[in-house]
Amino acid sequence: MKPAERMKIPRQTMPEQEAEVRARNFSEVNLGMALEVARREADRCLRCKDAKCVPGCPVDVDIAGFIAAIADGDLPKAADIMYEANVLPGITGRVCPQETQCEEVCVRAKKGSAVAIGYLERFVADWARENREQIFTPPPPTGKAVAIVGSGPAGLTCAGELAKKGHEVTIFEALHKPGGVLVYGIPEFRLPKEIVKSEVDALRQMGVKIECNVIIGLTYTVTELLEKEGFDAVFIANGAGLPIFQGIPGEHLKGVYSANEYLTRVNLMGAFKGEGSDTPVIKSTQVVVVGGGNTAMDAVRTARRLGADPATLVYRRSRAEMPARIEEIKHAEEEGVVLDILVNPVEILGDGDGWVRGVVCQRMELGEPDDSGRRRPVPIPGSEFEIPCQIFVEAIGTRANPLLTQSTPELKLNKWGNIEVDEHGMTSIPGVFAGGDIVRGGATVILAMGDGKVAASGIHDYLSKGG
Amino acid sequence: MFLIHEAKWLAPRVRQLIVEAPRVASHHQPGHFVIVRCHYDGERIPLTIADSDPKAGTITLVIQIVGATTERLCALEAGEHVLDIAGPLGKPTEIEKFGHVVLVGGGVGTAVIYPQAGALKSVGNKVTAVIGGRSKAYVILEDELKAVCDAVYPCTDDGSYGYGGFVTGKLEELVNDGSNPVDAVLTAGPVPMMKAVAKVTREKSILTIASLNPIMVDGTGMCGGCRVTVDGKQRFACVHGPEFDAHKVDFDELTDRLTAYRDQEEATWARLRKDPAHKCKFEAAERELKESTG
Ligand SMILES: Cc1cc2nc3c(=O)[nH]c(=O)nc-3n(C[C@H](O)[C@H](O)[C@H](O)COP(=O)(O)OP(=O)(O)OC[C@H]3O[C@@H](n4cnc5c(N)ncnc54)[C@H](O)[C@@H]3O)c2cc1C
Ligand SMILES: Cc1cc2nc3c(=O)[nH]c(=O)nc-3n(C[C@H](O)[C@H](O)[C@H](O)COP(=O)(O)OP(=O)(O)OC[C@H]3O[C@@H](n4cnc5c(N)ncnc54)[C@H](O)[C@@H]3O)c2cc1C
Ligand code: SF4
Ligand code: SF4
Ligand code: FES
Repeated sequence: MKPAERMKIPRQTMPEQEAEVRARNFSEVNLGMALEVARREADRCLRCKDAKCVPGCPVDVDIAGFIAAIADGDLPKAADIMYEANVLPGITGRVCPQETQCEEVCVRAKKGSAVAIGYLERFVADWARENREQIFTPPPPTGKAVAIVGSGPAGLTCAGELAKKGHEVTIFEALHKPGGVLVYGIPEFRLPKEIVKSEVDALRQMGVKIECNVIIGLTYTVTELLEKEGFDAVFIANGAGLPIFQGIPGEHLKGVYSANEYLTRVNLMGAFKGEGSDTPVIKSTQVVVVGGGNTAMDAVRTARRLGADPATLVYRRSRAEMPARIEEIKHAEEEGVVLDILVNPVEILGDGDGWVRGVVCQRMELGEPDDSGRRRPVPIPGSEFEIPCQIFVEAIGTRANPLLTQSTPELKLNKWGNIEVDEHGMTSIPGVFAGGDIVRGGATVILAMGDGKVAASGIHDYLSKGG
Repeated sequence: MFLIHEAKWLAPRVRQLIVEAPRVASHHQPGHFVIVRCHYDGERIPLTIADSDPKAGTITLVIQIVGATTERLCALEAGEHVLDIAGPLGKPTEIEKFGHVVLVGGGVGTAVIYPQAGALKSVGNKVTAVIGGRSKAYVILEDELKAVCDAVYPCTDDGSYGYGGFVTGKLEELVNDGSNPVDAVLTAGPVPMMKAVAKVTREKSILTIASLNPIMVDGTGMCGGCRVTVDGKQRFACVHGPEFDAHKVDFDELTDRLTAYRDQEEATWARLRKDPAHKCKFEAAERELKESTG
């Protein structure tokens, strides 16, 4: 096929559940592409020699390679290419912010629209999950053991890469189920838990051990892992940590949640099943969520599915500044979520019995750019208004969890309490590496995975030098 | 899965489980708790580690039935398993030489003060325990405490045993006894009791530490559901506590937040009670209590 022909093919769309239907259920929104559609999308890729898309991917997926294999209908080859670089493609294909990663730099994005790399990635992962046994021939064991703290995307990726090199890997996870934010935060309708489970199981088949209910810093310290428990290196990937509350009056009221708590109750603890689960969530018809990131979108769309009408999202900057994935904002609006932008909550109102009855907000306008280069929102005097609600969810970020770092005072932290690492992912303690949200502050799945990969290679070099 | 070595009733609706959890046992310090889950759709609930035996690799839990999850746990027998136990969690009690320390435990709060008593004694404190229950059958761990304390005063609301009245009545006697001044008080139990303890000691400016019991989910700082107000500041009980300066805790807020799920919890509990499989198991466990207490 000639490039000119490829250029003529329009970007294929992802079939999805009807908005009115999906706004009332927890099944996945995106339904996946058919083979013919995927091959047609794959034909759009120009197979660039010096592919611009790859540097946009933190785990270096050979994008042109796997897409060419799809175009040829050789799905086993596409899967091999994919898993070589990315051990969690079913996850990244669903939740990567492609528009600011690989697809942003795809040459086709300049003239029209980028190749749908994320959709194709998901296509390959889904095909592989359903159609073939993961075949993994373990390399000869190196005799070295690595402990990984946390089973989010950073920990899982690092584990997979180290297992590929023949190291013995044990992941310690504080919760009762592996996956980190992938299982307690990101909801079922965006990332079915079956997918996380199958990608975690694939790692187990590669020999990775996962031990839940172990809190590093309390059940064992990092020092104990190295000195007593026989590990030669440690990778810390314990995630973002403690939710930040705005610090406005009324946060003690019943009905105020952090997004983490709201989503954990509904996702991990299964409150969405209603009577099937023992973990309750407060019942409500009107819900307000504050924030503009993926977490806020997930919380407000979850509220909608639990019956909220209206489910309102308030955000203090403008729509263009919302950090959430574009697809999530679009989906949220289609599902009937009310977006109220340039609005900031200033007080939560109680009903006199300790329950939330509404939230007082203030309208904002954009002023001069702040340190982040974004225009600073400034309140418009006298613009206060009230939104009635029984649940108010705060999704405005997190700060570093002190549980592990407190027990390891030698670990060098930055002024926000995040762990400092060098270009190989190593911390101030030799043999102790870190990555993901604990290093970056709240970031993304793919950046966490990129860190996991960098650290795995750093750990491998460290161990090979006799560390 | 965590194997139960021993299960027995300490009082009506209060059961003790000794469970194999070697990693927790070897790191346990007084004040620590664990998060427990006992079936696949189950809740995560916090329980204090009442004791540990690092050699045997076991920890002791003392559980009072107040709802579905605690009832499920109390239906378990030796030889069965607890699905998940994560810990130890929370900041350990700050064990210092205060001089004369009075520990005030109400109901299962007595299980919190028991490990504290031993640790405080071992650093040279004079340790007095005041423990309360509705009536004689509800006073727990008295013999265990006697083995480590200088004095133990059981109290019963109905006067059927020991001091007749609330633990705070006995505490008032102790703080007013000029011959034996009290230097510090540690307390654990129902919120109204801890609030009342704080009131008694505030007047005398006696350092008082309360072990708070807000609703928790993860126990690791991730959810913020356990937030309490101490000295006007928002704190997460699972990472910053659960022990705080009782004179600075907003007990009324804690009391109110504990009611957030009352209706839904009751519905879950009612559903559990209708489940025939659970019912017969639970009745068997309760029969044991009747046999052991006559
Ligand atoms: C609701 C929500 C939606 C999101 N949506 C997206 C999205 O669409 N796309 C995207 O790219 N990013 C998204 N993100 C961000 C992304 O999920 C995170 O950046 C990513 O998960 C970070 O990975 P991690 O491995 O560093 O940590 P986490 O995923 O946070 O995992 C850390 C794990 O470590 C465990 N742990 C913590 N402390 C300890 C300890 N002391 N000992 C043992 N284990 C411990 C935790 O229980 C957890 O399982 C979202 C985040 C949230 C909260
Ligand atoms: C640090 C800490 C240590 C504790 N130690 C013990 C102990 O050693 N022995 C003991 O019997 N109890 C202890 N508790 C209380 C125990 O966790 C609750 O009784 C239990 O969660 C109730 O669960 P349930 O499903 O049986 O009852 P539910 O029906 O869920 O609730 C009954 C009542 O218990 C409270 N409650 C509910 N869920 C929670 C939760 N997740 N966390 C805390 N309270 C809750 C609420 O006030 C509710 O109204 C402790 C609590 C904390 C925070
Ligand atoms: S992992 Fe993410 S960034 Fe990399 S190719 Fe896939 S979708 Fe793009
Ligand atoms: S830059 Fe775009 S067109 Fe070029 S190889 Fe990558 S995906 Fe294909
Ligand atoms: S229980 Fe979730 S932060 Fe304390």
